[in-house]
Amino acid sequence: MSRAPIAIAGAAETELGALPQLSEMDLRLDAAQRALADAGLAMADVDGITSAVDSPIDVAHYLGVTPRWYDGTSVGGCSFLVHVRHAAAAIQAGLCSTVLVLHGQSGRSRVGASPRTVAPQSMKGQFETPYGVLAPPTLFTLPVMRYLKDSGHTERDLAEAVVAQSHWAEGNPRASRGRRLTADEVLASPMIAYPFRKLMCCVVTDGGGALVLTSAERARDLRNARRPVYLLGAGEACDSPLVSQMHDMASSKAFRLSSRDAFAESGLKQADIDHLMIYDAFAHLPLYGLEDLGFVGRGEAGAFIAEGHTRPGGRLPLNTSGGGILYTHTGMYGMFAILEAVRQLRGEAFRQVDGVRTSLVQGVGGYFIAAATLILSNQQP
Amino acid sequence: MAAAAAPVPAPEPGRAPPAKATPVPTPATLTYWEGTRAGELRLQRCGGCGRARFYPRPACPHCGSVEFAWFKASGRGRLHSYIINHLPPPGFEADVPYVVAAVELEEGPRMMANLVDVAPVPEALALDMALEVRFVPRGQQMLPVFRPARGAAA
Repeated sequence: MSRAPIAIAGAAETELGALPQLSEMDLRLDAAQRALADAGLAMADVDGITSAVDSPIDVAHYLGVTPRWYDGTSVGGCSFLVHVRHAAAAIQAGLCSTVLVLHGQSGRSRVGASPRTVAPQSMKGQFETPYGVLAPPTLFTLPVMRYLKDSGHTERDLAEAVVAQSHWAEGNPRASRGRRLTADEVLASPMIAYPFRKLMCCVVTDGGGALVLTSAERARDLRNARRPVYLLGAGEACDSPLVSQMHDMASSKAFRLSSRDAFAESGLKQADIDHLMIYDAFAHLPLYGLEDLGFVGRGEAGAFIAEGHTRPGGRLPLNTSGGGILYTHTGMYGMFAILEAVRQLRGEAFRQVDGVRTSLVQGVGGYFIAAATLILSNQQP
Repeated sequence: MAAAAAPVPAPEPGRAPPAKATPVPTPATLTYWEGTRAGELRLQRCGGCGRARFYPRPACPHCGSVEFAWFKASGRGRLHSYIINHLPPPGFEADVPYVVAAVELEEGPRMMANLVDVAPVPEALALDMALEVRFVPRGQQMLPVFRPARGAAA
């Protein structure tokens, strides 16, 4: 990368679960204070800020920051990965020096949360919502029967993806579902939207997280100088805003495009990735992700997972917190995927993978609508 | 940690149950919704590249041409993908379980629709099965839905 390297100099997660005493703004503030303390910085050092859903102006004012640069890109749960990419470019361009990438969401308690509505004149409101689909489990899931048929997978492959992640979440007191599961147990859980059962769907929690981004040069003078996390490459992409119009229901175009750009920028290949996070609001996403990012061939993801390659001790550790299905998911999960990658690269994860040098985080937004990819490393670029 | 469930507001006495979501046309889609009220599934065909498109809009998403003509689609399609929904939004509570499908139209585009006149069980829902359109009332509009094509193997 010819541009000046960027580092994550601070990272933190709030308490997770049911937090009815905190609004979404309060969760952002809590996350910001924790991440700044982790970086050894103060609110007065922040000159850039990002936020999804709520305006970054609202957030900056609540925090008492007057930013020189802000970004309110709001494209669902991968927004925070997009913010990291945009913030890195802004720092490299000299528009700001210290950016807070912020997330806080009261997904469970709904304190200070915007209502989920679809305008009846919008394209979704005219051509999808009238068919009785509104909640994510009824939209994100629509393409999967096509995927299963075309790729030769089955419902059991969806269950095995959850089982593999339960080996990571097992015993983690911060995980909403911290228990080892069997495929039979997943397949016996209540039906939500066939073929998706309750244990194939993410938990719904309250929580927040924040990152402090700055130049790698400046990060060397900060508190985490001896455990740096560098951004090696990033990408962002989009598909259809209506899931019924997705370019190809058996493959995410946005996954393919965003990861292609991130790999190209980083100069790394799939074989160079030690640790992988794939945004798993639902159990089909790790399968799509493994195939669309080129870690396995078409139709091979299910067997790859069932054979144990993504579990502890496997050659491609995947969703090592337990993911959105088992660890936490506030509605927009991307920040928590980044934070687990940071923990692994710093060597401080609950279930730490030995010798992690590189991590790829694949995010998705909406229902295959948007995607973003980050490639991170603890080795200086 | 104790799970504090979000309080669910009680329905106000005397208030009607929530209505199902009803589409409101925009200038670009009005011909489509006028068509459904006339018992026709109308699509746009691009004057530049000749491709049919869905959802309706003034410029071709494939070639960018603003030349197009409306035409009556055959109403035939195939079952591309589906879910059987057990998690209804407001207004759909009495319908569960129901089928939400992605239907690949004979003319090429894909659209979402409910499937009717078919059991909402996987055994009755073979991917690529032949479907045909019909129309059901929804508020001020007629909503296209699909059923298994007559004479087609289920």
